[in-house]
Amino acid sequence: MRIPIAALIGLIFTGAYFLAAIFAGLLAPYGMAEIVGDVWEPASAEHWLGTDSIGRDLLSRMIWGGQTTIFVATAATILSFTLGSILGFIAAVRGGWVDQLLSRGVDLMMSIPSLISALVVLSVMPVTLPVLILVMGLLDATRVFRLSRAVAVDIAVMDYVEAARLRGEKQTWIIFREILPNALSPLVAEMGLRFIFSVLFISTLSFLGLGVQPPLADWGGIVKENKEGIVYGIPAALIPAVAIATLAISVNLVADWVLNRTTSLKGGRGG
Amino acid sequence: MADNLLTITGLKIEATAYPPGEPPKEITLVHGVSLELEKGKVLGLIGESGAGKSTIGLSSMAYGRGGVRLTAGTVTLNGRDIRLAAPGALRALRGREVTYVAQSAAAAFNPAKRLMEQVIETSLAHGLMGKAEAEARAVMLFGKLGLPNPETIGRRYPHQVSGGQLQRVMTAMALCPKPDLVVFDEPTTALDVTTQIEVLAAIKEAIRDTGVAALYITHDLAVVAQVADHIMVLRQGRMVEYGTTAQIIETPQEAYTQALVSVRSIDHVEKPEAPSVLSVAHVTARYRGTTFDVLKNVTVDLPAGQTLAVVGESGSGKSTLARVITGLLPAAQGKITFAGRSLSPALAQRTKDDLRELQMIYQMADVAMNPRQTVGTIIGRPLEFYFGLTGAAKRQRVQELLDQIEMGKGYIDRYPAELSGGQKQRVCIARALAAKPKLIICDEVTSALDPLVADGILKLLLALQAQENVAYLFITHDLATVRAIADRIAVMYRGEVVRYGTKTDVLSPPFDDYTDLLLSSVPEMELGWLEQVIASRRMVAAGN
Repeated sequence: MRIPIAALIGLIFTGAYFLAAIFAGLLAPYGMAEIVGDVWEPASAEHWLGTDSIGRDLLSRMIWGGQTTIFVATAATILSFTLGSILGFIAAVRGGWVDQLLSRGVDLMMSIPSLISALVVLSVMPVTLPVLILVMGLLDATRVFRLSRAVAVDIAVMDYVEAARLRGEKQTWIIFREILPNALSPLVAEMGLRFIFSVLFISTLSFLGLGVQPPLADWGGIVKENKEGIVYGIPAALIPAVAIATLAISVNLVADWVLNRTTSLKGGRGG
Repeated sequence: MADNLLTITGLKIEATAYPPGEPPKEITLVHGVSLELEKGKVLGLIGESGAGKSTIGLSSMAYGRGGVRLTAGTVTLNGRDIRLAAPGALRALRGREVTYVAQSAAAAFNPAKRLMEQVIETSLAHGLMGKAEAEARAVMLFGKLGLPNPETIGRRYPHQVSGGQLQRVMTAMALCPKPDLVVFDEPTTALDVTTQIEVLAAIKEAIRDTGVAALYITHDLAVVAQVADHIMVLRQGRMVEYGTTAQIIETPQEAYTQALVSVRSIDHVEKPEAPSVLSVAHVTARYRGTTFDVLKNVTVDLPAGQTLAVVGESGSGKSTLARVITGLLPAAQGKITFAGRSLSPALAQRTKDDLRELQMIYQMADVAMNPRQTVGTIIGRPLEFYFGLTGAAKRQRVQELLDQIEMGKGYIDRYPAELSGGQKQRVCIARALAAKPKLIICDEVTSALDPLVADGILKLLLALQAQENVAYLFITHDLATVRAIADRIAVMYRGEVVRYGTKTDVLSPPFDDYTDLLLSSVPEMELGWLEQVIASRRMVAAGN
């Protein structure tokens, strides 16, 4: 199996970010909220990326922040996929009023921009990580629902699904054994995209002050904390922005490759 | 030969294949085929799928579909070799000297444009004639092809005419620019027999009147025998036999051609009366949200271990009957008795035994099997589900079933994509058989297969019926298949059973009008059959 160069680059960057997030405790040279120097010190041997607006080591903040950002985004993506795809499949398989109820409910949720609804909910709820994950997961689940329902509706009319119904199979078998394996490739590709949207979403929320709360670090928060520095030519706010952009691009490259590899419905092993 | 319109010599066609899980490789589709076509003659290209007949047909305009490359040989059209002609030269030639009629007219027309626009498009694009002249010619061709209201039919959209009419409009489109050669690629394959005969007659007449030469591609020897002057039999990209139509039909030389000519000659003597396993009594059904009865008061009986063939054209309700029996579409009225017990109309209320004893095989074997499951899983699931077999016992039973369908070892771990069309259908048969059913509903199971492969499937089904005493409800539009397999026949027309009885009774006169039309429309492998049928129908229509 040959991995195309673009996918390889994507894999390396994505892998590096995830590893850094998992082993943040070992990699970060200083504590997350430890004040170790002056305000906005330039890059030096002790502080590779300099220090931030109150004298914390920026590299350490970036690594700890990456952990929070990636954890929240991953958890929200998993939640949205589990919820969205199962509900989507049920809507497709059951049809009738179940489908109507779920689909119209989702339409209703989608008619409000997700950032607005997130801001409204988060402004009245205590902003903790579980609440953030829940809100983001639920809002994203609507998108996953639409996709998985559309994919499953196509599969549900296939003769092999009818054959399974005629055999007397339960709905769980039909959803998990007949439909899911055949719906997986578009869903996996979508998963990469949704993960990126989650990273952007959590960063936006933190930047607006309704996401991850200080002193806990996250990329959007680091931008917010250091944004005044830009006026004085301090690049501290741009570093997390670069991290967000490179993570987004590399995950996209991987998702593209996965989609390309799995689109043929020939036992899923097409080249 | 100066008179030759098209001469192909030593044509070799190659393509790159991408087999799953393997590196791409070069394959040869056509191995050095040569042919000649004189002006005004019709050459039939016949063979099963993968024989290269369409590929050769399209090479007459130096076109390779889907990355196919014409790598060697010559294609001489009107005296010049066009195999390596420049794109500009080919553009000038396609649609002007050579035109093409595709199999699926419904997919070949742009649904957003009126028919007339599309019919005269090529003539206008090549600047062959003015708009008024082109339209006049199109109307003339519509009339010649027997389309109703030739003056106004061009104003309709593709969805406003029937499939057979659309196919004739496409023929008019091909003939409109006054080409020298028309390539017909299975023009009647997707049509019902009763429609096919009309289209076939129209095409034949149009070819004769316009003096155009034609390549007629089909897999049905009986069809090509009606229109072609010469026939070339192809197999796996090689020529098997070439001769005049009379010679190929009457004295075929090669074993493969003989097999094609004698296909569907299974002798099946109907079985004696027996107690019925399935009786359908006065069943009426309609789809949800509609007020139209798709089935009207249908009553049929199927004796245990025998075959009831349900025949009719598309839209006659034969597949709906299958859906009603399986419970996918609960009947509005009527009663279905199966294996001595009354069957609940809806699938959800049926017992596991009801489901097990009533199995189904589909037309398209590719989509009847989950592409992500291996053959072992596909056949094994009913064993596990109905009989609780697992592990080695299940695997052994799957292997037994594979042996029964004559597939043997080495297939159990394959995916459907790694099987041929005939093998796929065999696996579907094995899956049905795994449930030890009393009745298998076969919905057009051989329609998508090549004649020789279909023959193999029919023989297998008959052998299995003898072994397992299973009954078949055999839905088909193909009367040759019916003759080969049926004990009883029900002829359906517009949701009603118009004729029902034992095979001999149904197929012997006196006929009702519809059965007569249906039976006389089945192409027979003899010269001049088409003319005879058309002539006799005209006499009837004239009031004799």
